[in-house]
Amino acid sequence: MEILFILIPVSILLGAGGLAAFLWSLKTRQYDDPKGDAERILSSEWDDHPRPPPQKSEP
Amino acid sequence: MAELSADREYAARLSACPACDAAPLAERVAGAAAQRGDLVLSLPTAHCATCISDVERALLAQPGVRVARVNLTLRRVMIDAPSLSAEDLIPVLERIGYEAHELDASVLSSTAAERQGRDILMRIGVAGFAMMNIMILSVAVWSGATGATRDMFHWISAVIALPTVIFAGKPFFVSAWNSLKAGRLGMDVPISLALILASGISLFETINSGHHAYFDAAVMLCFFLLVGRYLDFRTRAVARSAAEELTALEVPRAVLLKDGAEQVVGVADLRPGDVIRIRPGARVAADGEVIAGMSEIDRSLLTGESLPVQAGPGAVLAAGEVNLTGPLDLRVSAAGRDSSLTRLAHLVAMAEATRGRYASLAERASRLYSPVVHLLALFSYGLWMYWTGDWRVALNVAAAVLIITCPCALGLAVPAVVTAASGKLFKRGLLIKDGTALERLAEVDTVVFDKTGTLTMGRPELVSLDPLPDDLRPVALAIAGASSHPLSRALAAALAAEGVAPAVLDSVAEVPGFGIEGAWRGLRIRLGRADWVGKETPEAEDGPVSVLAVDGHAPVTLRFTDALRPGAADCVAALRAGGRRVIMLSGDTPAAVARAAADLGMTEFRASVTPQDKEAAVAALSEAGAKVLMVGDGLNDTAALARAHVSISPATALDAARVASDMVLMGQDLAPVAGAIEMARQARRRIKENFAISIAYNIVAVPFAIMGLATPLMAALAMSVSSVSVTLNALRLR
Repeated sequence: MEILFILIPVSILLGAGGLAAFLWSLKTRQYDDPKGDAERILSSEWDDHPRPPPQKSEP
Repeated sequence: MAELSADREYAARLSACPACDAAPLAERVAGAAAQRGDLVLSLPTAHCATCISDVERALLAQPGVRVARVNLTLRRVMIDAPSLSAEDLIPVLERIGYEAHELDASVLSSTAAERQGRDILMRIGVAGFAMMNIMILSVAVWSGATGATRDMFHWISAVIALPTVIFAGKPFFVSAWNSLKAGRLGMDVPISLALILASGISLFETINSGHHAYFDAAVMLCFFLLVGRYLDFRTRAVARSAAEELTALEVPRAVLLKDGAEQVVGVADLRPGDVIRIRPGARVAADGEVIAGMSEIDRSLLTGESLPVQAGPGAVLAAGEVNLTGPLDLRVSAAGRDSSLTRLAHLVAMAEATRGRYASLAERASRLYSPVVHLLALFSYGLWMYWTGDWRVALNVAAAVLIITCPCALGLAVPAVVTAASGKLFKRGLLIKDGTALERLAEVDTVVFDKTGTLTMGRPELVSLDPLPDDLRPVALAIAGASSHPLSRALAAALAAEGVAPAVLDSVAEVPGFGIEGAWRGLRIRLGRADWVGKETPEAEDGPVSVLAVDGHAPVTLRFTDALRPGAADCVAALRAGGRRVIMLSGDTPAAVARAAADLGMTEFRASVTPQDKEAAVAALSEAGAKVLMVGDGLNDTAALARAHVSISPATALDAARVASDMVLMGQDLAPVAGAIEMARQARRRIKENFAISIAYNIVAVPFAIMGLATPLMAALAMSVSSVSVTLNALRLR
């Protein structure tokens, strides 16, 4: 039964990890354009490296 | 002359409604100008991965564009380019083959709605996390954990469940409190009571190391009800953002003439006495009197007349009319808020008030349901107090009754069906703006159509090319192509479709209000009004006519007709086949109305109907017990749209008409209207079935609960099985 003292915290921590990931994805607006995201994966642009972040100020 | 003054009176009566409608819009435009840099363009044709990268690459290649991101779900592109305007970027996209329109970013006030949606999603996530963890522990208890292990599991569940219920259940507590304050018993009152009672009892049992705890049920209840609420929210948000997009397409601006210079201003900034210039093809921005220029005016959206009216100095124009041929200078008599257009606005407000609030199926169900649930719980509490005298046992049973009867499936029953149905209708081109519109549409037995712009396209089409000799066709195309008058455009389109190549003219000039004049191989040619070209008006014309005169040739009379909207005949036939009464009410001339009715196979029609008469006709039908569906697009239909049981307007309708109607037809085709009634009837059937399913579960489970035999396992099973079966039933919708 002592195993429970490890298993229960582990299961709750794993769940909390999932919840944190969900909240993060929500906060970074990853559900705003589901159709676009489904299509973007087919584009070969930015396959080698991620898109650089937008320049903050005008050159 | 008498006719002209009647027209003026008409215009004066209708005057400012579109203007007062435009006023808040214009104020928003002013707000948008303050935060320059964020441009939103609508991309109606974007649909794939290539479209995304094409558009983004083209825009980012423009100097000054910092960020450009396509949202394919909304078919929009968001651009951050502080130094550029939409006029700079739209040609860039058109060059690579994408249609683009500027959207008024300030009207797309979706941020608040988005935040609300994210808020519900976050609560769903938290409830889902808690539900899964508590369920793991509960399964252990149900499979026979006893003593200290069970108590520990209950304690861990309590630690997870209590904060979750407080956080995830907040929307229910708030709305229950509000309805209690207003003295009503909404659906949220039994929900909140069940949540509080279940959590409280379970905590009490846990402290006293009792056998049953309902933490899993309380959290599951939150989860399923939040899902229902989110579906409900999505349906409304999608409809609203599409409706906002229609509004945002019309950026209300006017060209102000000040000391001879042109200056573009917002409609809200116009003052009576200002002089504005209305270019050909533009909509009149404010009421006023013409002081210079000659042109023709299309007032079909205001009165339903399909024939353009001549306008010269002294003519009174109303906001919302469209200038066709020549530029007009207008002295503004009323603009924005000040406009006297109150008569029609009044009519709309009164019509909406008399329609009354429609109680949806869900509201009627919850009105019945809440008292029954509370009485049942109270009854079982009393029963067990009487039997055992133990308040702890009695309260436990009452909590079990509340949890089992809690409207988990009821909360999903309506939103699941409405989401499925409106998604299907949206794909067919029909946008539902109001949540109860589907239910009202299902009851419709009488359909009233407007003619111009609704059953017809509201733009002329050439009846036949036959009167035009072959050798004159290239000339006709060349001269017609030089004008933006709808009749000329129709003639040019018909000739171009025949494969005629335009002749080269020596000169061409438009004579606003009359026609076009040109020279070809030394011959004078004229295309325009019969009396101007020098031919008597043919007797009893029942449609627009244009005459082409070339020196040395006999003048050719070209007849036009207002073409029927695609699917109009099918739609009318389908409605009649379904046993519904179909009526046409139009402000147009009797001859034009009779001909359209004959083409559509309609037997009931009235011509020359004023807006007041339309509203009265719809009201009379409603009083006779008919459930009227009104389909119309003009300002003259607005009051009737608001008065009818349910209403539809095409996307080309005036803003005021779209605001007054419950649904908007996005495409050209009218056929979805007939299909929508069938879909609505099917949806209503599914909603009723869903109610039946959830009531059936209750009838089975409630006796167990009252007898004190209900276990947390049973509650969890009843709740999830009924929720899932209700959702599956909604998905059966075709």
